[in-house]
Amino acid sequence: MTVMATAEAETQVCTDPVIRNQWHAVADLDEIRRGELRTLLLGEPLRCWIDSGGAARAAAGPDREIEVRTDYGYLWATLGKPSGGVFDVPETREHDRRTLNALTVGIEVSAPRAVENFLDMAHFPYVHAGVLGEEPHTEVAEYRVEERDGELWAFDCLFYQPRAAAASSQAVLAEYVYRVPHPYSAMLYKSSPTDASRMDAIGIFIHPLTATRIRAHLFISVLDDVSADREIRRFQQGVIAQDKPILENQHPKLLPLDPRAETPIRADRSAIVYRRWLSRLGVTYGVIPAAEGVRT
Amino acid sequence: MSGEAERRWHPVASQYDVVPRHVFWGRLLGRELAVWRADDGYVNVWENRCLHRGVRLSVGTNDGRELVCRYHGWRYASRTAGCTYIPAHPADAPARTICNRTFPALERYGLVWSGEEPDGEPPVLDALEPGGAFALRGVTVRAPAEMVVDALSRHRFSPTDLIGAAADGNGPGPGGPVTVTGQDRYHVVLRAESADGGSASTAVFFAQPADADRTVVRAVLAGRPAPDSRIPVWRHHNTALTQLRDAVEAEARRRPPPEPMVAAIEEVPIHLSEVPEPAPKGRRAGLRVQVARKWPVAEDVAGFELVSIAGQLPTFQPGAHIDVHLPNGLVRQYSLTNGPGELDRYRIGVKLEPDGGGGSRSLHENVRVGDVLAVSEPRNNFPLRRDAVRTVLVAGGIGITPLLAMAQALRHQGLDFELHVFARSEDHIAFAELIDGLGESVTRHIGLSPSETGAALESVLAGPGPHEHVYVCGPGPMLDAARRIAAAGGRTDDTVHFEYFANPTDIDDSTTFTVELARSALSLEVPAGATIMEVLRANGVEVSSSCETGACGTCRVAVLDGEPVHNDVYLNDTEKQQGGEMMVCVSRAGGDRLVLDI
Repeated sequence: MTVMATAEAETQVCTDPVIRNQWHAVADLDEIRRGELRTLLLGEPLRCWIDSGGAARAAAGPDREIEVRTDYGYLWATLGKPSGGVFDVPETREHDRRTLNALTVGIEVSAPRAVENFLDMAHFPYVHAGVLGEEPHTEVAEYRVEERDGELWAFDCLFYQPRAAAASSQAVLAEYVYRVPHPYSAMLYKSSPTDASRMDAIGIFIHPLTATRIRAHLFISVLDDVSADREIRRFQQGVIAQDKPILENQHPKLLPLDPRAETPIRADRSAIVYRRWLSRLGVTYGVIPAAEGVRT
Repeated sequence: MSGEAERRWHPVASQYDVVPRHVFWGRLLGRELAVWRADDGYVNVWENRCLHRGVRLSVGTNDGRELVCRYHGWRYASRTAGCTYIPAHPADAPARTICNRTFPALERYGLVWSGEEPDGEPPVLDALEPGGAFALRGVTVRAPAEMVVDALSRHRFSPTDLIGAAADGNGPGPGGPVTVTGQDRYHVVLRAESADGGSASTAVFFAQPADADRTVVRAVLAGRPAPDSRIPVWRHHNTALTQLRDAVEAEARRRPPPEPMVAAIEEVPIHLSEVPEPAPKGRRAGLRVQVARKWPVAEDVAGFELVSIAGQLPTFQPGAHIDVHLPNGLVRQYSLTNGPGELDRYRIGVKLEPDGGGGSRSLHENVRVGDVLAVSEPRNNFPLRRDAVRTVLVAGGIGITPLLAMAQALRHQGLDFELHVFARSEDHIAFAELIDGLGESVTRHIGLSPSETGAALESVLAGPGPHEHVYVCGPGPMLDAARRIAAAGGRTDDTVHFEYFANPTDIDDSTTFTVELARSALSLEVPAGATIMEVLRANGVEVSSSCETGACGTCRVAVLDGEPVHNDVYLNDTEKQQGGEMMVCVSRAGGDRLVLDI
């Protein structure tokens, strides 16, 4: 019987071309405006700063300047040659929205485990009890997952929520749409408590320090004229603070792509599709690839 | 890998680590373990990993009978580690094979013992046999086990008598000789004497190989110290072992670090790697059980406790039943009445049906304590949702049995429920002492006429609240009345669940039709007088079944095309109208053709 090895490459430098050629959100621009940032990207030392002309720059390894972009309030950097820009977030062009980085948090886990947690509804009543879910309302109704233009989308995701957002005052059956435009980033859209015809957008943009350590940036674009930035941040910080200890207790930290590694149920359809998608893209960093010859 | 270390028993915890309602984080040979004691005293040693998403079970909740994963609330039964409930799909019974990995566990000398694939039993040491054993505090040393065992062979401590005297404030007397009286790769037996030879103590120091670079010293003293000297003795050894730890760790830091041990995680079975579907199986008695107890539990009702002959009984969920294969060749279904985590025995109640087919008579008259019966693994066609705000359980007579399992599960989880027990007299209430234990949630309705029963059901089922579910089990006329009253009161079919004892429907089997099997690409003729199930089996197509009378729901099959004539009492009216599923044991075709998803 084949088995899944658990030895994990902690500081291994990334050689996976798929991941090297992505744009990675390495910092909130406000963070580097406060001073130079010294960190890691895919196992290599990374330095980010604002030059005297006001431009954001970054250098990897000992002192190799690398390509950067500034989009949606973040500094995006790459160790390789991306085929285009950062994925589009059309909500950032709707000027009545409040757009901000709710928080940046370090988590001892691989990027794909964090993305999978972001796509998961079934944990709401247990990990976010009283906020995003509440026992006994635990059922995950059937939902659809589709691949569109190289991105994953999950539709018709309904879940009972006692307090879905900072601006909610009562329980609702919240509707979610999930979008995975990047192996290490995901978005969710949920019915806005203040404008039923539109959706709030929340993104998780992951900065992979190593294969098993990340910084997660939580991007928020909401229709909320009521809550102060501080309240919106506090709500999201509270939610992530509940996820962090769960993520750090997942073993192995790398996401196993072999379908025989873990036991999915119907509620995990988005995770099943996400794992297959990573396999098909050929991602090997942050994951345990499926064994040779395994159908994915 | 299965070397000597993997085939041995090792200590993984002290008994005092495994306190009620706690999950202890253990480690052995590079593998993390979740060690927990159920309220009935059973100690579980499981892989510290929920097989769903890999979250450590040691951050979960020990509720006394089950371990609940922190991430998604999946519940796993004590003893088997089998999954009993998946909250994301409250209407479904989890596949019985969803089971975390377990390791053997035994308690000896104040320690909990386990191993990867241990042979025989944990070591028996003459030094610890007479006079009891006293487990000292476990001390973790960041060094390989062989270094620790080597250092332990030169370890020094004082005899217990001298330490006890020190409790008076005089300090332990001068240490005498310490001799090694036994040793192997993972333990050292030491005998310490006083300088004057007047007192002596023996202690066994077990080295638990947690990982390549980490060893837990679990020392056990022969003989229990007097109560007032236990703390000084404990402190004396703790100080001595802390000194040993510091010296060994200093030495270990001078050596290159060993390669960490890699504990292989088993892959999940192929059928669990996809979204699970129950595998079809015919009516099989996969288990052999022995009657451990038979006793009257009510007028005309006998209780039976069934224990496994070999191995652990499989996991069940509330509402589940087993098929009992009787000595006279009959097969009968009986609901398990056990509460959550009670897997040391199955408990059923059998009502004597003098006019029945002889199944209950055989159990009442011929089956005795010590007899061996063939039974099926538990099957659950009456699953309990636990996402209801309130659950109403209605039991008529012996219909109490599945509802008793449900009531115990709901009470244990602290969920709101009420149990209505209808019986001819107090003496007809089966398992009365278990029902008494359910407290104020129980209402008894005794000796009611049919019209009084109807009136009682009217009041019990009146005014459905949101997120309310009703479960009814009892005689056919009562179920029919409950179905009518619930519907009239505005309850929808999907919130009212029934379990019939038997199917009273008169079946017209004079029709002839064709069944096409979409997946098997077979087309079969069903003649008058034969059932679809009989024809399928005659052609080698496997179908699960249990009652084979249209009551239990085991043989339900999806219908892709054609209109079924439903002769069962398992599906509700809405499901029958939709025509998407049918029971192949009794139901037939309305036209000349059915296409089934088999």
